[in-house]
Amino acid sequence: MLEVAGLCKRFDSLEVLRDVSLRVEKGDVTAVIGPSGSGKTTLLRCLNFLETADSGTLTFGDRRYDLSRMARRDIAAIRMQTGFVFQSFNLFANRTALQNVTEGLVIARRMNREQARDIAMDALRRVGLEDRADHYPSQLSGGQQQRVAIARAVATDPRIIYFDEPTSALDPELIGEVLSVMRDLATTGMTMLVVTHEMRFARDVSSRVVFMEHGAIVEENTSAEFFKNPRQARTRAFLSSIEGKR
Amino acid sequence: MTERLWNILIDSFPRILLPGLRMTLPLTVIAFALAMVIATVVALIQFAHVKLLTPLARFYIWVVRGTPLLVQLFVVFYGLPKLGVYLDAFPAAVIVFSINEGAYCAETMRGALESVPAGQLEAGYCVGMSYAQVMRRIVLPQALRAAFPPLSNSLISMVKDTSLAANITVMEMFMATQRIVARTYEPLALYLEVALIYLMFSTVLTWLQRWGERKLAAKGGVAHA
Repeated sequence: MLEVAGLCKRFDSLEVLRDVSLRVEKGDVTAVIGPSGSGKTTLLRCLNFLETADSGTLTFGDRRYDLSRMARRDIAAIRMQTGFVFQSFNLFANRTALQNVTEGLVIARRMNREQARDIAMDALRRVGLEDRADHYPSQLSGGQQQRVAIARAVATDPRIIYFDEPTSALDPELIGEVLSVMRDLATTGMTMLVVTHEMRFARDVSSRVVFMEHGAIVEENTSAEFFKNPRQARTRAFLSSIEGKR
Repeated sequence: MTERLWNILIDSFPRILLPGLRMTLPLTVIAFALAMVIATVVALIQFAHVKLLTPLARFYIWVVRGTPLLVQLFVVFYGLPKLGVYLDAFPAAVIVFSINEGAYCAETMRGALESVPAGQLEAGYCVGMSYAQVMRRIVLPQALRAAFPPLSNSLISMVKDTSLAANITVMEMFMATQRIVARTYEPLALYLEVALIYLMFSTVLTWLQRWGERKLAAKGGVAHA
């Protein structure tokens, strides 16, 4: 359903992504792991045009786009079919939890308010926060804010949701509630591309794992194979360094 | 205090207050409203880095903030007739005060816009909203809330600054006072009296500010509150 080819991105003299190619099939839950500064986040941001790639193509659905020369209309059309969950939640501070979810429906999709409200309440129920619908973000914990952010992404019925280190800004005791919501989402067949440091999520929930280092994809496999039989020496080194910490 | 002085003070009170209500107040309200429009537009231009217009906005702020208000009043009222532009005192004052206040408030607004975390703009894009939609519904409301106290400050400053309009023959409170002083030779009492009336105006505005801030806080959702 989504294929990236030859994605390159540099910030001035720093090469952040070198010739990254990646395929995501419908229903895949792909974990992107790797050390800090390996370009994982930039990859996601390029896919939703929060950064502009220097070169590369994106096949989304049945159309192919040149990532360096996106028409504004195409960007808008693709964003309508994708969800994005940020590391720092980025909830609208002047909107309640419910309004955070309805905003994209009522304003961007011109849905009528009652229908949007029903969909939003459903989405909030899925993340276990229907009783917090009228709370403002400042009145919610980090874990709750991130769950609202996930509801906001889910409510637009996207074909894929991008997660950018969704648990990295959370206190340790709040990580579990967010991961469990993501696990539920994965079991419903949602296509997900998840940049994460959570190895348990990569191992137990994701169906595929992509390992990135220095802006390039080093290894890619099903998650079972990836953890059982890592092929590259660098992957093995990374995995053992993580095992050591746990 | 002598009876004569009392009589002068009581007699002059309405004669100072009335020009206040007829001139100072409309001048402040009209000029500040225009200044808000200018400030918002100029701040949005800079926030969005609009080509060509951004340097123009910077230039406007640079010139206006770098020159005295009194000089600006003189240039427009006494200077422009040289170019064939004749303005009555009141419209001239409105123009100068709105342009002057607009420059200062534009900087306040720009700071307030930049205080809204950029991630909320990105989140808006990601749920499919356009730049205009995110600005109107998410960023601007939060920026206005953040700008409310400093803008109230500017408004209170402005009420007092309108006394400078006396220099271009606007018959406002201060000029009215000067005329009474010229007749009665009681500068201390009368200038204290007009100071007191300015204080009344500012006090009412301070109350309005508190009331406004409470209203905004009650609506909830202030970032990091």
